[in-house]
Amino acid sequence: MSVGGEWYLTLAAALFTIGAVGVLVRRNVLVMFMCVELMLNAVNLTFVTFARMLNDIGGQSLVFFVLVVAAAEVVVGLGIIVAIFRRRVGATADDLHLLKG
Amino acid sequence: MIPLLAQSTTIPPLDTPNVEYSAMLPALILIGGAMLLLVAVSVVRRRPPWLWTAITVATGGATMAASLVLWFDVRDEGARRIVADALVVDGFAVFFMVLVSVTVILGALLATPYLDKEGFGGPEFYVLMLLSASGAVVMASANDLIVLFLGLEILSIALYVLAGFNPRRMESREAAMKYFVLGAFSSALFLYGVALVYGATGSTNLGVIRAFLASNLAPNGGVLLGGAALILVGLGFKVAVVPFHTWTPDVYQGSPSPATGFMAAAAKAAGFAGLLRVFFSTFSTLRLDWRPAVFAIAVVTLLVGSVLAVVQTDIKRMLAYSSISHAGYVMIGLQAASKEGIAGSLFYLLAYTFMVLGSFAVVTTVGRKGGDANHDLSAYKGLAARRPALALAFTVLLLSQAGVPFTTGFLAKFYVISAAVQSRSYALALIGMLSAVIAAFFYLRITVLMYAQPDDAGEGVRRLAVPAATGIVVAVAAAFTVAFGLVPSPMIHFARQATLLL
Repeated sequence: MSVGGEWYLTLAAALFTIGAVGVLVRRNVLVMFMCVELMLNAVNLTFVTFARMLNDIGGQSLVFFVLVVAAAEVVVGLGIIVAIFRRRVGATADDLHLLKG
Repeated sequence: MIPLLAQSTTIPPLDTPNVEYSAMLPALILIGGAMLLLVAVSVVRRRPPWLWTAITVATGGATMAASLVLWFDVRDEGARRIVADALVVDGFAVFFMVLVSVTVILGALLATPYLDKEGFGGPEFYVLMLLSASGAVVMASANDLIVLFLGLEILSIALYVLAGFNPRRMESREAAMKYFVLGAFSSALFLYGVALVYGATGSTNLGVIRAFLASNLAPNGGVLLGGAALILVGLGFKVAVVPFHTWTPDVYQGSPSPATGFMAAAAKAAGFAGLLRVFFSTFSTLRLDWRPAVFAIAVVTLLVGSVLAVVQTDIKRMLAYSSISHAGYVMIGLQAASKEGIAGSLFYLLAYTFMVLGSFAVVTTVGRKGGDANHDLSAYKGLAARRPALALAFTVLLLSQAGVPFTTGFLAKFYVISAAVQSRSYALALIGMLSAVIAAFFYLRITVLMYAQPDDAGEGVRRLAVPAATGIVVAVAAAFTVAFGLVPSPMIHFARQATLLL
């Protein structure tokens, strides 16, 4: 039995939405960060599915670009998170309230 | 083993694209300069404090020279696509290369006194700035949505670190955090848009997408429009248009002032380079769909930017909202969707780059103690009495941002609004003028503070020192603003010649 491409696209859209909503509603910075990764991987799934549907190898190779960029983002992102929360107990975004107006 | 070997002879040679290094020279010089700095820090034993600045400024100068060579090359030989159509060299791309090299030179001079006073001896700030600028150059010449994404990330990841460059200030780290989370979020939105456009058109190459849309009427309409909308949102975050602007005031306020100046100039230029190319050129057949969206974004950006700037008491937050409203004017040029509109947008970005770098140079100086101790508007009381030249230059830059005649800011507003009128977007032209009136209030308020208010700092306060490098930035920015406000034709010619390769 083969599963149609539409189902993969729907799954990817659902994962992307979960990730996007997660970034907006979750308060823990690490969880927000993981949600961004979820969004990027939903995009990867979309790329692969479209590549399969279009019978085009290009879309699959794009995934490698996304993976590399996501890895680079993790390095910088975790560095920033560690720099901020080294002297704090939790990693809650609401604790960051110096800048407002 | 033997069948495998026999098979290998039948595999055709891998077809690698021809790489025209000469046309990629501006980006390569910027990366090379960053590498040179990293090598120099570990090789050179005696390091005079000006060495890093000198290397960065020289790199910026070389980038500008290479870009100008490319400019005349494009003019004589015509625009072309290079590296298997992944990049494009046209007047539009070269225009942004020149703009980015200006930003690098002025940004390095702006950062030097700050880094000295705050005690950052290393070249890291300059390295990040150069790498970020290389990302901006890649974005300007991208002819493929994935290349555009790579440029966007090279630009942004370095900027996240620059925003948090001063770890002793909690505000700086908080700014880095906010910029990072929202930047990564917007990149993901942009990328999902790319994926949807790829699914609808079968390619990420801008030329192929354009040809596909021209020959196929509304294929996979929903997926394509969803993709275009997500690309608009993703790039809208980067250039800070309302409603995707929420990070801007916090990040501008928290980042070290020189980093803010560089970010405000480079990220906005690069983001608009991508936005203008993708929407005006690639999605030109979809303009009936995206023009109303850009119209709505431009209206709220103009109004929210200027109204919220009025109520700010922190100069950096005020400049953040003012840069949001500037982004609205550039959007007017895009909404016009005409050659005049694009030329107006380019001229606006050119004028904006000088105004914003000059303004942040003044803010860094007046901010004292490195540049972030005091950004309250009251710090500008009586500045004219203490530092007449600095106050005069800042007045010029503020009046230009407000759009007073005989400055580049006025002409920039004039060109985008007249392009809107030509495209029959009368409502948008009116709102643009209304927003300029509101904005004039807070620019003039600072001017009044500087000139009319007595200096309540008293005798005990140390005299405000203006470092030479900062002085150069302010002088160059003010001189550019006035000179090309009076004699605008060379710059207008430059912006008009910077056409997109369709």
